[in-house]
Order: sequence, then structure tokens, then C-alpha cells
Amino acid sequence: MAVAGVSLHADPAGALYWPEHGLLAIADLHLEKGSSFAARGQLLPPYDTAATLERLTQLIALYAPRVLVALGDSFHDGGGPERLSGIDRDAIKALQRGREWIWITGNHDPDPSDGIGGSFHAELHIAPLTFRHLPTGAHGEVCGHLHPAARIAYRGRSVRRRCFAGDERRIVMPAFGTFTGGLNVREAVFCDLFGTLAFTAHMLGDDRLYTFPAKRCLAD
Amino acid sequence: MGEVKRKLSTGRGIWREGGLHTLYISPLKALAVDIARNLEIPVREMGLKVRLETRTGDTPASKRQRQRRDPPDILLTTPEQLALLLATADAPYLFSSLKRVVLDELHSLVTSKRGDLLSLGLARLSALAPQMTAIGLSATVAEPDDLRRFLMPQPIEGERLADLVLGQAGAQPHVQILDTDEHLPWAGHSARHALGEIYNLIKTHKTTLVFVNTRSQAEFLFQELWRANDDNLAIALHHGSLDVAQRRRVEHAMAGGKLRAVVCTSSLDLGVDWGDVDLVVNVGAPKGSSRLLQRIGRSNHRLDEPSQAVLVPANRFEVLECRAALDAVAENAQDTPPLRTGALDVLAQHILGRACGEPFFADDVYDEVRAAAPYVALARADFDAALDFVATGGYALKAYERFAKFRQGQDGRWRITHPRVAQAYRMNVGTIVEADMIKVRLVRSRTSGALIPRGGRLLGEVEEYFIETLTPGDTFVFAGEILKYETLVEDEVYVSRSNATDPKVPAYEGGKFPLSTYLAARVRSLLAQPEDWRALPDQVREWLEIQEWRSLLPGPRDLLVETFPRATKHYLVCYPFEGRLAHQTLGMLLTRRLERLRMKPLGFVANEYALAVWGLGDLAPRIERGELSLAKLFDEDMLGDDLEEWLAESALMKRTFRTCAIIAGLIARRFPGEEKSRRQLTISTDLVYDVLRKHQPDHLLLRAARADAATGLLDVRRLGEMLSRIKGRIVHKALDHVSPLAVPVLLEIGRETVYGEASDAILAEAADELIKEAMS
Repeated sequence: MAVAGVSLHADPAGALYWPEHGLLAIADLHLEKGSSFAARGQLLPPYDTAATLERLTQLIALYAPRVLVALGDSFHDGGGPERLSGIDRDAIKALQRGREWIWITGNHDPDPSDGIGGSFHAELHIAPLTFRHLPTGAHGEVCGHLHPAARIAYRGRSVRRRCFAGDERRIVMPAFGTFTGGLNVREAVFCDLFGTLAFTAHMLGDDRLYTFPAKRCLAD
Repeated sequence: MGEVKRKLSTGRGIWREGGLHTLYISPLKALAVDIARNLEIPVREMGLKVRLETRTGDTPASKRQRQRRDPPDILLTTPEQLALLLATADAPYLFSSLKRVVLDELHSLVTSKRGDLLSLGLARLSALAPQMTAIGLSATVAEPDDLRRFLMPQPIEGERLADLVLGQAGAQPHVQILDTDEHLPWAGHSARHALGEIYNLIKTHKTTLVFVNTRSQAEFLFQELWRANDDNLAIALHHGSLDVAQRRRVEHAMAGGKLRAVVCTSSLDLGVDWGDVDLVVNVGAPKGSSRLLQRIGRSNHRLDEPSQAVLVPANRFEVLECRAALDAVAENAQDTPPLRTGALDVLAQHILGRACGEPFFADDVYDEVRAAAPYVALARADFDAALDFVATGGYALKAYERFAKFRQGQDGRWRITHPRVAQAYRMNVGTIVEADMIKVRLVRSRTSGALIPRGGRLLGEVEEYFIETLTPGDTFVFAGEILKYETLVEDEVYVSRSNATDPKVPAYEGGKFPLSTYLAARVRSLLAQPEDWRALPDQVREWLEIQEWRSLLPGPRDLLVETFPRATKHYLVCYPFEGRLAHQTLGMLLTRRLERLRMKPLGFVANEYALAVWGLGDLAPRIERGELSLAKLFDEDMLGDDLEEWLAESALMKRTFRTCAIIAGLIARRFPGEEKSRRQLTISTDLVYDVLRKHQPDHLLLRAARADAATGLLDVRRLGEMLSRIKGRIVHKALDHVSPLAVPVLLEIGRETVYGEASDAILAEAADELIKEAMS
């Protein structure tokens, strides 16, 4: 997958790897979303943070990145870091060991937090790419926030999956969090961002990506 | 009933005149309203000082409030309303004076989760009003003792049965199968061939009820009857997706004797009194003998005169089913399913309701709950798990103590932590979880590039999950027409008429009942006994005779497996007769196994009687060489790991789970008209399902969903019984071409859904097609 002339490896787990910089990016972890709902009266399973970190651990073992970039909304709300269980907190610390860990701030977690390591940035430039949470449509942008998902129907069956949504100039990453839903790429916001429907959805399969032009994807 | 009401405490330091005397509970709102109307007349005529009122979801809030302060003597209501009343602080006041509970059409309640909820309500009533007696009414019941246990609070040891009062048996009904002069179709459910004959029956009777099995059949038949209606007979339509006002109009016209016929679904199955019906026509397969007896009973309400009914089979297999049902009716053989084991999600809902009423000791509620027949064997550990689920989600990881919905106070009683918990309970009460429906609107076809005109005629509603399988341009059958899917506009589907003769996507079939186990056994034994074929129409007899000559007919306990080539594919067809749901599950599991054996299956289709699997390779020589063992292929062990693996991704299982999550109160119900944007804020139960499967496979909701899978959309239990029945009894027949018995199921290809889960394979195929398109 090429963005602004840079060749990136897109992993079907929903991560991007930039080999030249040893950089692994994931977006929208939404850690502690379960407990965030629970605090408001809906007692969703409290296993989402552990499940998300487990998948992240596998990715990190696979790529052994020098830099990890979490593209914002890493926690579902500002109280998330405090609600982390001791085990999950330790798991994050273990993952951070031996590498640079960058928390990009998002709209769900706009402020830096104590006790979760790493450094906090509004965005990260490594020419020619810019890593940030909210998409602006700028050239060379790698962002999150939108949770893109695409739907394909074929022979009376319908498959909806998270996806990367991008063209050769910028890319929106899928949400990585276990409890994150997806926003259909046929929603107007994507067309507005890319200026046309001439972008591509790379849907996450079990062990590979499936690529479809956005025009071929269906609305929900 | 003229006694003076005692003063009773409302539990809030206020004393009022006593509460209810009699509670009448019916499965249908319409039935409660109908009975109230019929009771009011004698009460008025006899000048009795008795107040009777109804209370349903349609009752205005102000009246419902008033009823709690100032209850009538007799209240006619539904199980959901009972649950709501019990979950208020007024419950002791309302019910402690109760003398009588009447449960109408009890057989139809006890076989579902509604029955579980009702049983728990009844147990609570017995605790509040020990003097109360419960009376159950039923005209169709296979095991009266089940209902007798249901009515009584059960002791810990042994069982307690209500008294049994048998009504006078009515005259033997006159039932016949329509002996059509037309060609009998091989497949399909429309009964189009018999339209003229049905119309003539309506013409020669005063009032006819025409029963069908699905809403779309009702729509279709109604339209076709009107097309043939040269005499302008008053023929009406009644089914569950119609607007309430429309249904009420039909019911009134019916009661007033203004209609010649009503085409209806099970929405009219139950005992509403419909005036002077002198003929019942049942179009399609009867599915069960009790269901048929119930429907037949709609005609001629005088006990001394026989009911008149005509069965109209829509295809050849349905002739066999009708014949079997007719014999069952002659013996008055009932086949209502046995009493359920109470569901854990319903228990969770009840426990929350109980806490909304008044604080309680867990031991008391555990004892109370076990008095309900479906929960008599409930283990304390399961009760505690349900309690824990309601309080903090029931997770092994104890993270939510501080967010508990209810907790134990210093006095040992459990009480809710916030009034909004009770509010949420009231919004969510009940066990009926409707699929999300979406309106279908007929528009003119889009000419290239032009905008679709808005505001066409409304055709009805279909389940949202069906629409999700469509791509614009796909054709499908709905409301008796072949329609083309145009687009989705907000919450409506726009479709146009299509000239296609062959719909691309399988038909929409909502609300089918599976063939009862009892009738299935009768059909199998009918097939196995050629001497009984004399009673069958010539066309059907010939069909079976050719089958016997070309292939063979299985014994009543055998499973016939045929293999044959057709066009470019090879087919394996088997005939378990266990209903479409069990066959679908069998098809899923068989194709998984065949795939693993590298036999490359391509797809399968199931109907009520048979299952056809096809692929590119010929299985027959492999079976003969012993490379493929049918005994192993059909071994019961498919219900082990194979089933587990499939459940992980099965869309049907996820739908089952969602229902449990809603009933248990983890996920809020959606209401019609709710904004889509709001829906997107709610979390998908599929994500919750995946996480729980992985991290807490024994969670209460997963256990509830597995219990449902045994009997619901997956019908696993029935499949298991079948697999154990056919052990060592599989008969294989390798043929050169399709057998007569296989024709109906093969004709379903393209009409019925071709099953297979939505998986990576679909994405890969779609992606390949795209590449082909691009290269050509």
C-alpha cells in the first residue's frame, strides 16, 4: 500500500507498518470502553481492554517495531487510564519496554494521562507522512477517528468488515479496539474527505486484505 | 363476588379498599379485548356490581396508572402486563386479595419464553395470594399433566397437579384434502394451481377462514383471490405485519358477519370468537396436528355440529403431510411440544423485576422461583449466577462492583441502586424480540442516472437482515411479486417491479413453523407403506411409484441418501424429514466436513423434508471404494467440535445471542422509528458475543443462547435425535440422474436461501469476480 509515495505494509489485523522507520501504527484502541458503558449502567463485559492488548501484543511480537504510534482515542474516555486494571496496566508497560511509544491525542482522550508511559503528541510528522487522529484530508496523512468499515454483498450473502480507506494521497485506518464499531465508507463523510468516491476500501480478512473500490461497496 | 372489599395496605402507609378479585391472562391483546366484550354483556344484563377492565400495551398511561391505585374486580391482560404490575410497589396491595387467575389458550403460552415469564409471575402471585386458584384453558394439548403442573406451585420434592376437567368432546370434524383437477406443483408454497377451487369454496359457504403459514403467502393469496373475484365477494386480509387499525377493522367486520372470507396467518390462530364461520381452508402444509385442530376449531362453534375444513396442499410433499395430519386429526392425536426448562435470560429479567417491586432476600426468591414448574429443577448455582448477572454483569472478572444495578443492603435484602434501573426494566420487559423490520416501498424503476421518485405504495415490511444480503439490481419475491431492489432511503427499501422470471436472490420467507416431529414420523411411515398410498391423489401415487422403481423409498426409521450428477455438478440428497431449520444446521455441518475431506462442496439448500448438497466432484465412487463413509459423515460427533466451530461464526447463533442479551437486559430493545444515528451508538451484540466466547465461555448469556440453539433457529436437539435414529440405518443409492423425490428440493435452489455463512470466502469470490470483470 502506497501513501504519498511511501510504501507501507498493511496488516489484516488492522495495523500499518513502515519498515524504513520500524514504525507500527494502530488507531482507535478505545481501551476501557466496557467499563465506560458500565459506569453508565450498561454492564458490558470487562474483557475488552485485555482482548485489545492481547492482539496488540501479537502484532508487536510479529513486527518488533522501534516506534509504536497509537493514533488517538486510545482510551474511550478521560477516566479510562485510571480504571485500568493492574494487569492491563502492566501489560501496557511490558509492551512499551525497549521502544518509543507515542500516544497521539484524540477527541475521546484529549489530555495526556499519568501512569501509562509513552509520550503525548497532537500529531507526528515524519516526512512525507503526518500521523494524527482527526482526518483533515491533507497530503500524506495517516489518521483514525472514523472507524471505516465496508460492506460487500455477493450471491445473497453480505459481509461487513473493518477496513483501511485510502487513496494514493492519504489513508484512514480501521479502529483496532475490541468494542469499536465501524462507520460505513459510503457515508458522506468519506466522500467529503477524499473529494470523490474514487478511493479504495481494503477490508480486513482472516489472513489477508480484500480490496474493493468504494463504488463497489454498499451502504448499510 | 358481591362481597365487601377489605381494606388493604398499599405498602406506603396508605390503606385502600381491596385489590383484584380475578385476573384473566391471554396470549393475545385481541383475545383479552374480545373476552372483555363478551363478559360485559351478561354483567350488564344481570345488573352485577362488577367492574371489569382490560390492560394491554394499548391502554393509555393515565388509565394504567389509575388501575394501580383503583383496580377493577376483574382485570383482563397479557403476561407482559402482569410482569409490569408485579414489578411495582403496589403489587402486594393489588394482588393479595386475588381469588382466581384464568390463563386462556395455555398451550400456546407454555411452549415459549413467554411461558417461562408467565410461570414466574404465577409463582409470585401464589406467594402474594396463597388462597388464589389458577385455572388453565386449552383445547389442544398433548400432555395435559404438563399444564396441570404449570398451574400449581410445585413442591421441592414430588409434583403437584391441578385438577383436570375435561370438556365434552365435540363432534368429529369433517376434514378433507382438496382433490385438485389441476397439475400438482413439485415445489413452492403458493397453491396458485388451486385458486379457482378455493374461490369456489368461498362462494359456496357463508364465511370462510383461509389460513396460510407465512405473511407473504397471505399477501399473495389475497391478491390472487381478488384477481379472481368476479362476484365482488367481501374478502379481507389479516396478518401480524398489518397496521393495528386495519386489523381491528377486519375483526369488527368479521364479528358483524360482513365478510365472506378472511385470508389470515397465525394472527387468528387462537380462540378469538369470529362469528359464523362455516368453513376453514388451510392452504399449505399443516405442520402439526394440534395446530391444525386449533385452526379447524375456528369453524362452527357449536359443539354438537362438526367443523368443516378443507386442506389445500401446495405441492406433492405437502400432500403427504396433509394426509398424515388428516389421520392424526381422525385420532384426535395432539402434538404440542413438551414443557420447557425455564430459560436463564428470562429468570434474570424476573429477578430484576422482583427487585424493582420491593427489596428481597435471595433465599426467598430462590424458593419462590422453584415453585414455577419450568424452574423446579433450577440449581442454586444457576440462580446465583442470574442474580450476579443482574447485579454486576455476572463476570468472572469482578470489575463492576461500584456500578452494581442492585446490591445487598445491611439488612441482607437486595434492592436496586437507582430509580433509573426500574425505568430501564419497564422499557425492556417481555420476551418477544422482534427482528428489526424495514418498510418496502414500490417505486418506478430508475432510468439511468435519474433520481428515484419518492413516496410509492407501501408493500409491507421485511426483516432488516434479509435486505442486508441484497445488492442494487438483485431481484427477489415479496408480496407475491418479483421485485428489483433499487436502493435504501433512510429506513425504507425502494423496490420496483421486475420482468425477471427467475428471482436472483432467494425468496423472503418470514414466520415459518417447522414440521412437527410427530407428523414427520407419520409422513415417513406413510412413504414406507405402499398399501396406504391408495388414499393419495393419482399424481402423488405415481410420483412415489416412479421413485420406488428408479431409486427406493426408505423405511420409516431409515435415512435415504441419493447421489447423482446433474448438469455440471454432483449432488448428494438426503431425506431426514426433520424440518427446514434442523436441515439447515445439518447442511452447515455436512459442508464443513466435506470441505475438510477435500470433497469441495459448493453449496446446499434445505426444505422441510430434504437436504441437497452439491459440488464439482462425484461422491458416489468414493463412497463405493470406501474412501468416504456415510456413517462417519452423518455421525453424531458432528454436534461436538464441528458445531462449536460453526457456532463461533454463525449468524443464526449471533441472532440467538442478541435475543438473549435483550431479554436479560444487557442490551436495550430497539423501538420502531428509532433514529438510525441513535442505533449506531449502541454496541453490536456480535462484538459482545465474540469477547464472551473467548474470555468467559460459561457466561450466563452464552448458556442461555446455547439452550435456545437446541430448539430455536438451529434446532440442534432435533438434529441430534435424528442422527441417533439413523445410526446404522443409512441407505445409499447411486443414480445416473435426479430421482423423483429429489425434484422438489432441487427446485428450491434459487427460491430458498442457499446457506453458507458470510465469511472470507464470499469476499474472495467477490474480489475474484471484480478482477475478472476488469480483465474482460
